[in-house]
Amino acid sequence: MPILVVAEHDDVSLKSATLNTVTAAAALRADEVHVLVAGSSCAAAAAAAATLAGVAKVKVADAAHYADHGAENLAALIVAHAAGYSHILAPATSFGKNLMPRVAAALDSAQISEIVAVESADTFVRPIYAGNALATVKASDAVKVITVRTTAFDAAGGGGNASVESLPPGPDLQLSRLVGRELTQSERPELSAAKVVVSGGRGLGNGENYSKVLEPLAGKLGAALGASRAAVDAGFVPNDYQVGQTGKIVAPQLYVAIGISGAIQHLAGMKDSKVIVAINKDPEAPIFQVADYGLVGDLFQLVPELTAGLG
Amino acid sequence: MKILVPVKRVLDFNVKVRVKTDGSGVDLANAKMSMNPFDEIAVEEAVKLKEAGIATDVIAVSCGVAACQETLRTAMAIGADRSILVETDAELQPLAVAKLLKALVEKEQPTLVVMGKQAIDDDANQTGQMLAQLLGWPQATFASKVEVGDGKATVTREVDGGLETIEIKLPAVVTTDLRLNQPRYVTLPNIMKAKKKPLETIAPAALGVDCAPRLTLLKVVEPPKRAAGIRVADVAQLIDKLRNEARVLP
Repeated sequence: MPILVVAEHDDVSLKSATLNTVTAAAALRADEVHVLVAGSSCAAAAAAAATLAGVAKVKVADAAHYADHGAENLAALIVAHAAGYSHILAPATSFGKNLMPRVAAALDSAQISEIVAVESADTFVRPIYAGNALATVKASDAVKVITVRTTAFDAAGGGGNASVESLPPGPDLQLSRLVGRELTQSERPELSAAKVVVSGGRGLGNGENYSKVLEPLAGKLGAALGASRAAVDAGFVPNDYQVGQTGKIVAPQLYVAIGISGAIQHLAGMKDSKVIVAINKDPEAPIFQVADYGLVGDLFQLVPELTAGLG
Repeated sequence: MKILVPVKRVLDFNVKVRVKTDGSGVDLANAKMSMNPFDEIAVEEAVKLKEAGIATDVIAVSCGVAACQETLRTAMAIGADRSILVETDAELQPLAVAKLLKALVEKEQPTLVVMGKQAIDDDANQTGQMLAQLLGWPQATFASKVEVGDGKATVTREVDGGLETIEIKLPAVVTTDLRLNQPRYVTLPNIMKAKKKPLETIAPAALGVDCAPRLTLLKVVEPPKRAAGIRVADVAQLIDKLRNEARVLP
């Protein structure tokens, strides 16, 4: 049976999380992977989905009432076209987390949230207790509804040439209306997809220092900027910078933790990074227990030195 | 207007999680249990709406073992008026809880359900959305600001990349994110008062809900430990290591 991947996109292009989700679908060894692109004037996003390696078919539902990608209308659409699929997958992003439980409930199926590994077509590994334990669960429902932790799967490559077919849109339920979005503007890569992340904590003292000290380093490294919950709670940066169990889960090639002590909830969000660097004045800080390279000292002196040293 | 607030009893967030050596789960024996922190935010928000004169009744509900009564007493100490425990020793998964809550919503007829976005034990992040779907209601998940108006609510949501504001028709389900509010400290007089507030207990069967688990837990293991690395003496050594050992710098 084929598998359906619900694409996260902005109508023009696919979000990178969709690429990781396609890889998770491929790991299920389905006959075919189909991608659903639902949006408004979303032909470009659908065309992008058709080029993904391993995708056999792209299904497009294009209607004005999918413009805000709301869960109520999208869930109704997915459920109407769920027949014939063994699995329905979406990324475990705010988009997928918002949407997929509605799909699962409508299909009377248990959702398997944030899988990090596929053991077989019905058995999956997922973190529980903020990543302090890994549970292996076996699903019994006919259709498995799954969200995928994107950092656990590689991004699907290009080179595919899937057919694109359009689906009749479902009704507009008119339960919810988008009033507005305030997205953080940044020249930097997206936090959850960046290869390098520079994160700051309470040690930076205030928001001004956060920018002054970290931005030049992030610029040199081509890095996304992140923060600990302490820095967010103290108002240095907005909440969407937050790395940790209650924020974003990241796993870049290089994670640089600056002035971050390393609370359990922060470690849960970054401990799968390939290389971790910690700079902190407290030699006893728990962050050093997970860091590959630890540097003890005054960040206000060391970080500019590091930035300069990168040439 | 009535508000229903589902709350879950979980391992206290300050307690170190210990995986049982036989791999059957997490050791909860004699561990401190508390209200799921996101649910505490939900109770606080509902009580604030009552204090603002918008809500008339705040009903806390919980599904699980008899000890969930303590969690409900905490909710009533924060300010919930009464509570309902759907009591069972059986394992409850999110879909089953959503079905139980749907039955309670049909019985109590609230205009708003406010609940945590996820529980810090199973980290499922499902129940609120499932409940909304089962009821055919709109939802506003991951809320950081809630304004209740006439027949509708305007909710600011924490989404990847920033904030999103939506307007939903009532009745609706709202799930809470961390920055919605700071739950108040529970005072002793309020704890005493909460002991006298009504707490009703019902069985899942009385609500006509089949709670059989759909997911079988095969094993629970500790995640692979990350070994601590080395301390470098200075910035020059750090750059050298990153370039030539870790090879993450050009």
